[in-house]
Amino acid sequence: MYHKSKGYKVFNVINSICLILLSLLCILPMIHILAVSFSGRGPANANIIGLWPIDFTFESYEKTLNSPNFIRSLWVAVYRTVLGTAIGMALIIAAGYALSKEYSYFKGRSVYIWVFVFTMMFNGGLVPTYLLISNLHLINTIWALVLPGAVGVFNMILIMNFFKAIPRELEEAAYLDGAGLFKTLWKVYLPVSMPAIATIGLFTLVWHWNSWFDGLIYMTDSKKYPLATYLQTIVVQQDFSKISLDPKDLENLSQRSVKAAQIFITAFPILIVYPFLQKYFVGGIVMGAVKE
Amino acid sequence: MSVVLLEKKDEGIPVQIPVQQSRLDRFKKGFKRTWPLHVLILPAFILTILFHYVPMLGLVIAFQDYKPWLGFFKSEWVGLTHFRNLFMFEDSVNVIWNTLIISVLKISFGVSVPVVFALLLNEVRNIGLKRSIQTLVYLPHFLSWVILGGILIDVLSINGGLVNRVITSLFGIDPIFFLGTGNWFRTTLVVSDIWKEFGFSAIVYLAAIAGINPSLYEAAEVDGATRWKQILHITIPGMLPIIVVVGTLQLGNILNAGFDQVFNLYNPLVYREGDIIDTFVYRNALLEGNFSFATAIGLFKSVISFGMVVYSYRLAYKYANYRVW
Repeated sequence: MYHKSKGYKVFNVINSICLILLSLLCILPMIHILAVSFSGRGPANANIIGLWPIDFTFESYEKTLNSPNFIRSLWVAVYRTVLGTAIGMALIIAAGYALSKEYSYFKGRSVYIWVFVFTMMFNGGLVPTYLLISNLHLINTIWALVLPGAVGVFNMILIMNFFKAIPRELEEAAYLDGAGLFKTLWKVYLPVSMPAIATIGLFTLVWHWNSWFDGLIYMTDSKKYPLATYLQTIVVQQDFSKISLDPKDLENLSQRSVKAAQIFITAFPILIVYPFLQKYFVGGIVMGAVKE
Repeated sequence: MSVVLLEKKDEGIPVQIPVQQSRLDRFKKGFKRTWPLHVLILPAFILTILFHYVPMLGLVIAFQDYKPWLGFFKSEWVGLTHFRNLFMFEDSVNVIWNTLIISVLKISFGVSVPVVFALLLNEVRNIGLKRSIQTLVYLPHFLSWVILGGILIDVLSINGGLVNRVITSLFGIDPIFFLGTGNWFRTTLVVSDIWKEFGFSAIVYLAAIAGINPSLYEAAEVDGATRWKQILHITIPGMLPIIVVVGTLQLGNILNAGFDQVFNLYNPLVYREGDIIDTFVYRNALLEGNFSFATAIGLFKSVISFGMVVYSYRLAYKYANYRVW
């Protein structure tokens, strides 16, 4: 009945307009940067671009994709993302499955959980971790980017809670058919929880793609920078001390439209997977927050 | 008990339960059954020990004058010197204050803004509009601070950045040096952090609202409660437990002012108001090579954060019955 009152109708219109403006505010900066990236060199450097390109051109994208430094970092990023996601998911699915067993069946469970969860609350910090990586001779290898963060404890708990919610009857049926614990995971749990695993996989993918700090400290050779680190040092901080650029690259990087193009290309994969993420993450987050 | 079914039944053996099994025997029997589970955990366990617990041993250098060429065993022990220095050096004290100020601002707005947003969004009746708004406001959460830093530096630039162009033409004031003056820098940090996260943080509140029993609203309606009264007496109390949980769990972040964000936006001009513990540790350790001092600050931060996390989980459990697993 309240929605029939005149006051509420007025409120509703104003409220809707405010929220629409607010949501546009969330993507305007992205649209602006996209407009700059498609603009000609002159208008971009003169700061007259708003939300629409002026002198539309693909020039900045051509320059970016012809830059060997950029392409090399792009491949490093793809490599670390694929490798890191594959290893990370295998680890947390295996461990999450084992931890989803009830305490009465699997006595070691709570000890393991504490070992994992404690790392979420306390860590050695930047310097000791750096010294470890360097003592293990992982500096400048892809493993420095893949292994330290491979066990995502939060995601592991999400998977564990998801497995816990799978009806016991399925497991019992598999057991009666002679399947062991490994086979039950492979043939029963995995197929049933594919949507949840795909969601967590996408989150891991995004995490790896976005990671930049490990690249910055563990890669002393800028040729091995993943794309996010490259963007951070070269494009955002404009720190050229670590990288050898030929003069043409240097000139390109001072161009506002080229910078915008590089930012947009780095964000592009995220924008691609975003619709798939959105389809699932609401369920996933609620699953993690409220549970059972 | 369904689990019992999983155990292999002893076939043909007469019922003859041993009076008392020794602990070791029981352990052996359990292990025979569950060894595959240990195997499945093993890789994750080893990596966790190696990359998370071994560095904790490395924390000893906070009590040493660590020199890389001398190693952990030959470096000189200096006791609590670095911790004393931490509170004596003007720079580090300043950094601790900055961290506290920035994180308290972020936490208070970071909890309240999403709550208000969730309440307002809940009033939108048009499902299509609601979905579209959600799609747009969740997006910035997924972009890293490197990307957003690059965008913000461009948009907030004092030389014709989009924001400055808008405010100079709308209000006719001088352009604002958002990333170059201390107080504006802090404001920028807080506002841009809220801008990035408010939509995504609202998800749990929207879920809480969706979980409220509709019959409560119907009953209130019958009793003649206005919409405002309904929000005040049904919606907000329904969200309160999750607000308490989120708010208390944020206590663990009291010394996390957001390394990624600050690192990608700051510059020497705003070190005085914008430098935080994590960026200070980074510069001290990896740029200046003060490994021990940096570790000491990091340890100070870790210990306080750990205490706050434990305390906040206890609070959340006590007041909202929240458990992690």
